[in-house]
Amino acid sequence: MDRLEQEIRDTSKGMTPIVKTIVRFVMGIIVIFGAYVILYGHLTPGGGFAGGVILASAYVLLTLAFGKEMGLSKMSNMAASILDNSGALAFVLIGLLGFTGGYFFYNFLPKGEPFQLLSAGSILLANMAIGVKVTASVFAIFMALSIFGRIIYKAAEGEERESEE
Amino acid sequence: MQTYYPLFTAIPLAAAFLNLLLSKISMKVSDYIAFLVTGILSVMAVRMLFEAPFTYAVGNWRAPFGIMLVSDGLSSLMLVVICVISLLSVIFSTKYMTMYTAKPKYYSLFLLMIAGMNGVVITGDMFNLYVFLEIASIASYALVGFGTGKKELEASFKYLVLGGVASAAVLFGIAFLYAITGTLNMPDLAQQLEVIGMTKTVGFVVALFIMGFGLKASIVPFHAWLPDAHPSAPAPISAMLSGVLIKALGVYTIMRIMFNIFGKNELISAIIMFLGALSMVIGGLLAIGQKDFKRMLAYSSISQMGYVLVAIGLALKPGAELVVASLALIGGLFHLVNHAVFKSLLFLSSGAVEYRTGTRDLEKLGGLMKKMPVTGSACAIGSLSIAGIPPFNGFWSKLIIILALFRGGYWIYGSVGVVVGFITLIYFVMLQKEVLFGKLPDSLSNIREAPFAMVMPLVVLAALCLAMGIGYMAVEGHLLDPAANALLDKVAYMNYLVGG
Repeated sequence: MDRLEQEIRDTSKGMTPIVKTIVRFVMGIIVIFGAYVILYGHLTPGGGFAGGVILASAYVLLTLAFGKEMGLSKMSNMAASILDNSGALAFVLIGLLGFTGGYFFYNFLPKGEPFQLLSAGSILLANMAIGVKVTASVFAIFMALSIFGRIIYKAAEGEERESEE
Repeated sequence: MQTYYPLFTAIPLAAAFLNLLLSKISMKVSDYIAFLVTGILSVMAVRMLFEAPFTYAVGNWRAPFGIMLVSDGLSSLMLVVICVISLLSVIFSTKYMTMYTAKPKYYSLFLLMIAGMNGVVITGDMFNLYVFLEIASIASYALVGFGTGKKELEASFKYLVLGGVASAAVLFGIAFLYAITGTLNMPDLAQQLEVIGMTKTVGFVVALFIMGFGLKASIVPFHAWLPDAHPSAPAPISAMLSGVLIKALGVYTIMRIMFNIFGKNELISAIIMFLGALSMVIGGLLAIGQKDFKRMLAYSSISQMGYVLVAIGLALKPGAELVVASLALIGGLFHLVNHAVFKSLLFLSSGAVEYRTGTRDLEKLGGLMKKMPVTGSACAIGSLSIAGIPPFNGFWSKLIIILALFRGGYWIYGSVGVVVGFITLIYFVMLQKEVLFGKLPDSLSNIREAPFAMVMPLVVLAALCLAMGIGYMAVEGHLLDPAANALLDKVAYMNYLVGG
């Protein structure tokens, strides 16, 4: 029995084994779908933001099903913060690289054949940068709400108890 | 400079994220990054003053399809105000923000706010303006609550809700404009609206914009957030909010849109003048009774913005003579710049006082002139300037506005301006008496002068107050005239579409 099996059978953390098993199946599909929406952003509806939210929702689902530790073991606070900032920075840098063509946000890469994956120049790169940023920041917001929410809840409970005493 | 015009937003934006990455390695680096970035921006902004008006096509997409940036007298003026005040605030922050934790986050939010404000000022695209407006607003919501105390969070939440409503109104207005004209490019909008005229829909858009941008500028019926938000923020942020943010997001946008897009209009002029006069009176009267140093300054901001708005309203009147309109506009713009200087000076000195004494309560302060002579003198100069005592800058701008009002035949508004000037004098004399003079409380007997990093910006700003008062002619010729002409010449603005 591997570690994941143990996690699934462990009823003390997260939801029931049924939910955990289903999550285990759909995780991969969600991640692939998110990556698809990001990478095909310049061809089909979607793009960096939509795909990033889908990717982040995979992490959120994992956290809901398996508990906070599992979510944080896949992406720690630190990693989320670093990815978040580097995604945004990469996006600005893509804009700045446009100055090689003389204009801010100039599409400096070869445009390629229309409807091919490698087309539309720097838009694909920009989508990827946004995707990374949105994934990390939506996950970070979720974790912050769940962690700080608990802290604030405890603090409020403590205050109530004090006032009762 | 023309090629690198978008760097005004790109540099602070990139620096904000780079700062958070580098601060994971060393916390100290963020001070230097913020200082360096605002320093570079200030130099660039001053250089922009010597450029002729031009347009910039982002990504080489021609207007009206792509995003267009416009540089003219008004945007150059605003850029100088934003960048110089933020440089001084950053210098002040290096010492002041040691009172708080998470300094790198503070600087990143600060840089994001600068990026947003610079973006609002340089853009020539309506939706782009909205996006930058939101960047600056959201950064400022977070900065207001940076202390994370009970009061700070309440003020921040109030500001967030009201600001959100305002942003929604602005977005709604932009959507209507897009529905009518099919374009978002501001010169193109001006051209199209010239043909369409003042229909009912356009009138509704004007109402939405006055409400939305008016809330950002804290005109009186929409001012409720400001007296909470400004005192709750850390002092350098109060200086930025009061000195720059309400002008860049509120007054600048109102000026740009009303003059250059909708054009002169009797009704808009009457509304803006009335709201401006209301802000002057109510802000001034509410400031008198305040017991909190920063809260008094916050109410005073509302009152002083009223002067600027009355002047703008007068210049918007279609029947006004050109002399009166340009006089009013020069007065209004001069007061806008002056207010940025002396209000940030006053907020920063309140921060210096708080840093040493630990309180902002006017009843617990007193006699600080002896203990903190430099801060005290700077604060006194700021108070005298804002109260309109010659030879400081505030005197000239108020004088010009009131003269323009009288020449335009607005005797009542002119008299209100004089009376509010007197009210301003009253509460700033009270402020000086409570803080700088009078008896030093025993609890404050062993305080010292504020550290150099905090005193230096105060001295620079105080010197600016004096210099701009004495060298009024130079300021008018180099800063105000180009800005006023840019606003009054709607045709030139419409022609940016072709010339770009």
